[in-house]
Amino acid sequence: MTVSKRTGYFGKSIKRVEDPRLIKGIATYVDDLRLAGTLHTMILRSPYAHAKILSIQTGAAAALEGVVGVFTGTDINPNCGLLPCAAEAPDLKSPKHTVLANGRVYYVGHPVAVVVAADRYAARDALDLIEVDYDSLPVVSDPEKALQDGSPLTHPELGTNVAFTWSVASGDLDAEFAKADRIIKQRMVHQRLTPMAIEPRGCVASYNAGDGALTLWTSTQIPHLIRTLLPGMIGIPENRIRIVAPEVGGGFGSKLNLYVEEALCSHLSMRLKAPIKWIESRRENAMATIHGRDQVGEYEIAVKKNGTILAIRAKTIADIGSYLQLLTPAIPTLTGLMLPGCYKMNAIRMDVTGVYTHKMSTDAYRGAGRPEASYAIERIMDLVAADLGLDRIKLRLKHFPKPDKFPFHTASGLTYDSGNYRATLKKAQKLASWDTLLKRQAKERKSGKLFGVGVSTYVEICALGPSKMMAAGGWEWGCVRIEMSGKVTAITGVTPHGQGQETSFAQIVADHLGVPMEDIVVCRGDTSVAHYGRDTYGSRATALGGTALIMCIDKIVAKARQLAAHLLRAKVEDVVFRDGQFLVKGAPKTNIGWATLAQEAYLAKNLPANFEPGLEASSFFEPTNCTYPFGTHIVAVEVDRSTGEVKIRDYVAVDDCGHQVNPLLVEGQVQGGIAHSLGQALFERTVYDEEGQLLTGEFMDYPLPRAKDIPDYVMGSTVTPSPSNPMGIKGVGEAGTIGATPAIANAVMDALAPLGIRHLDLPLLPEKIWRAINDR
Amino acid sequence: MLLVHFLRDTCVLTGTHVGCETTLCGACTVLMEGKAVKSCTVLAVQADGSEITTIEGVAHNGDLHPLQQSFWECHALQCGYCTPGMILTGIDLLRNNPKPTREEIAHGLEGNLCRCTGYSHIIDAIESAAQKISKERQRA
Amino acid sequence: MIPATFDYFRPETLDEAAALLAQHGEDAKLLAGGHSLLPSMKLRLAQPRVVIDLGRIPGLNSIRESSGKIVVGAMTTHREIELSSLLAEKCPLLPEVATQIGDVQVRNRGTIGGSLAHADPAADWPAAILALEAEMVVFNRGGERRIAAEEFFVDLFQTAIQPDEILVGIRFPVTSRAVAYSKSAQKASGFAIAGAAVVVHARNRAVRIGITGVSARPYRASATEKGLKGKPLTQEAISAAAVSAADGIDPLNDIHASNEYRRHLALVNTLRALELAASRC
Repeated sequence: MTVSKRTGYFGKSIKRVEDPRLIKGIATYVDDLRLAGTLHTMILRSPYAHAKILSIQTGAAAALEGVVGVFTGTDINPNCGLLPCAAEAPDLKSPKHTVLANGRVYYVGHPVAVVVAADRYAARDALDLIEVDYDSLPVVSDPEKALQDGSPLTHPELGTNVAFTWSVASGDLDAEFAKADRIIKQRMVHQRLTPMAIEPRGCVASYNAGDGALTLWTSTQIPHLIRTLLPGMIGIPENRIRIVAPEVGGGFGSKLNLYVEEALCSHLSMRLKAPIKWIESRRENAMATIHGRDQVGEYEIAVKKNGTILAIRAKTIADIGSYLQLLTPAIPTLTGLMLPGCYKMNAIRMDVTGVYTHKMSTDAYRGAGRPEASYAIERIMDLVAADLGLDRIKLRLKHFPKPDKFPFHTASGLTYDSGNYRATLKKAQKLASWDTLLKRQAKERKSGKLFGVGVSTYVEICALGPSKMMAAGGWEWGCVRIEMSGKVTAITGVTPHGQGQETSFAQIVADHLGVPMEDIVVCRGDTSVAHYGRDTYGSRATALGGTALIMCIDKIVAKARQLAAHLLRAKVEDVVFRDGQFLVKGAPKTNIGWATLAQEAYLAKNLPANFEPGLEASSFFEPTNCTYPFGTHIVAVEVDRSTGEVKIRDYVAVDDCGHQVNPLLVEGQVQGGIAHSLGQALFERTVYDEEGQLLTGEFMDYPLPRAKDIPDYVMGSTVTPSPSNPMGIKGVGEAGTIGATPAIANAVMDALAPLGIRHLDLPLLPEKIWRAINDR
Repeated sequence: MLLVHFLRDTCVLTGTHVGCETTLCGACTVLMEGKAVKSCTVLAVQADGSEITTIEGVAHNGDLHPLQQSFWECHALQCGYCTPGMILTGIDLLRNNPKPTREEIAHGLEGNLCRCTGYSHIIDAIESAAQKISKERQRA
Repeated sequence: MIPATFDYFRPETLDEAAALLAQHGEDAKLLAGGHSLLPSMKLRLAQPRVVIDLGRIPGLNSIRESSGKIVVGAMTTHREIELSSLLAEKCPLLPEVATQIGDVQVRNRGTIGGSLAHADPAADWPAAILALEAEMVVFNRGGERRIAAEEFFVDLFQTAIQPDEILVGIRFPVTSRAVAYSKSAQKASGFAIAGAAVVVHARNRAVRIGITGVSARPYRASATEKGLKGKPLTQEAISAAAVSAADGIDPLNDIHASNEYRRHLALVNTLRALELAASRC
């Protein structure tokens, strides 16, 4: 690997190349596309969580001026395949996930019919004219009740509400529990959350009958995975499908999916020979875009009196909703794998039961299974410390593997790449003025205030990942081309949608080629340009996509070296590459740069023998392992005794994501992630009632964090390079969401500890805290 | 017809975004006679005769507005979807309060949701733009 | 996001508006700032066949002092009230409430008249209207009439404005600085779960308390007012009186706050507003 010292972009806080179009309002999101002849669709969705469709009358809607057609499951489903799930689980029972409801609806928001019209106004009016006669059926809304004998069934044809069971087990659990001085138990609820990207989903499908080819612009994180999966649904081969993720207004996992609307619009475009547009409303986004989390866990911890944690046994129920989306069953398995956190222990077992209910599906929402793990283990550490009267910091330090013990094999069977947990903890304590903070707490408590200090020392799994552990391959692809002009085009198979890889990849490529960043364009998100890719999720893009680009550059440099030797009349082994120049050893003035080389390579009139013209290379990077970023967050909170409201007083975050390409972007990722955590810890929750009605279907009822909720941060980092990729990058997209929730929760519980309150489930709503204070 | 649809569909000024139906997210914020309003909750006909400024009209002769510059420098945007609304709200905020505290900025952004940044950099950007504008004024 | 089709009228005089209202009756809705009506039209919860826009009628947007009273035009925006120097001096409760309504964009468009006529039980203004014992001035083709605050709020989304009447202004007394508004906001929407407005009259130290968000109809906390009658506003007196701020009230119950918690927040915010107002005496 060659890195230019002269350009030195790596590690600098460079402002983003993406931003000019975004701050000027001239970026193109999917709803901004204006294709001639576009027809607009709107979807009629079920108001019932479970019902039989007795009849659908579409005549009045179809007769409305401007309406092109109204279609129901009877029209669409025979022409479309079932929506696939890419994740597997033992004995997975899977209902048939049709594009439109097939005579029965299984959640509020289930698509029942679609209107196609000349404009959105006619489409919207037509929706009101469709008459559906429903016969409502018993609803399963609570996953624990769903497992009781005699519960109504979400999908009666499956004969059970259990979708799958999955276990992770290692070590001699029974022996460890037998050795324990004490078994500490706690039930924890990981509430359901709604991702709520500010741009709802949407797509435009355009079928070209002459070519038999389809282009689908869709607000997605995964154009490449969609291109892999969509052919099976609509009957066009992969090589005639182009998927474009234009500017995407936030994803957080909610756009890491293939959705029925994408297949529906594609099918309608083929059927009606016109571009078809669908733009999701916020209400639809809340009810019919995947939700996250939603596990209930019973945790048992076997401990010695001195605080040694021997083993953890967990039984969790994952409420997965009514259907399997792309990765639904895989999410709770990540919880099991990460449950040991950054601690040594001898044995672990987690049994997950995935349960169907009449709700929207759960799937990957920022953190995807790991926030559940970090929350559980970090609460466990505090509970153990509290129950045994030990210091929570010492307890953590005691169980950290030392830096020289890496690669570290965890109780759950993972191999952590590298880590120095003590260093981040110590740094965070220093930034938080730990001793002073504790003195302040003592003083505040003395004055009658409920003041709490919380810590979380988290680790997560990122840069997913080696193909052996991924359903559809875990490699990443890239392509670099030195254009004839000497300008550079870098094409990545990852699909950034706000993370800033157009900038960070330009930094990487510029350094490795020794050219100015301004000469580089990074292309992404269009399968006709980025032919292959596994896209953006699991904090994988920079570590894997960046490495694939470096592999391309290594190939190009090797090739260019031959050409340079030829042109400089030197031996190949005498030519060295430095700072964008190929030099002859011992004669540094004899050199040649990319512009000249590129011109010669493409004009192809003076090439070495058997030398292919052009300067382009593509590469697939297959990582050997995932990466395991980690960190320590310290939070101070004050709880208002009279209302139960929580106010964050101090926030310190020290994260280690290995080497940082662009620290400014790292900081943005961490802060954004913490905001998601803050919402999860304090007020976000998706609420369905017993009838399966969604009560948090709007921003009126589902609170997102606002500017005034955000504390002033003190941020720091340590750098422990990952050996899993040549740049030593670990990934940072989800760190904040994984590390912060337990720190905030621990702080609030610490504030309430003097009142004898041991544990409250998230979100820590004022009313819940007020009740806990008053119910004592 | 709503003002936001008039701007997006009739004028093809698509920098004004739609993120909700309940006048909460602020992605559709524009200036109406200089005041920040949510264009999803104004009928186009109500705006008849009013001066509307959208994000496309914020830069002056190709020069970025100080808020645009600061948003860029402070990494105050990620996906960019809420950004036009944030910038226009920021303009109204600084017009009424040229030297806001961080707390005042946060209060002023109550009507704008961002799911990416966690707001801290947005507050930085508005603080920094306030300084830029005040320096410009001093120079003038 | 797309309202149902409607006819739009933009009268230029109140007489014209009243005539249109008389002509279209229940099919018609008056449009002020649009921040209550348009959101429900976008979700098609409201589908009026006729919308009568009051936006171009002169004289409805003003804040003035007239024979010892403060008169705020119905079309005055929350933001204009928030920034009014006249109100800051003569009726400071109004700017204090205004600044806590929604967000700046909403305050730039939403009007006090529109909000009051909509009568959302969680809106902020009703607390102030009750505490200030304001009078609502309504116009009809026969002329004008005034409705006392206590009679104005009838029920959930229902006021004493008759179908042929238009709210044109609100009359407030001039007060001292001894006023306050304290609110617990619903986290998502910003509306009040419980909001208490307090006015302490300089002349006789009489205390008036208006409470919103807690029940289907905003109310005067009469028991608390009585408890403070003739007493100096000491911490003890305030604490003792605030506990009856929800006496006889049947609080609302939803996912954001149970009836018990709402009742509690009514007391907490009454206490806080009283303390604040007392500190300003």
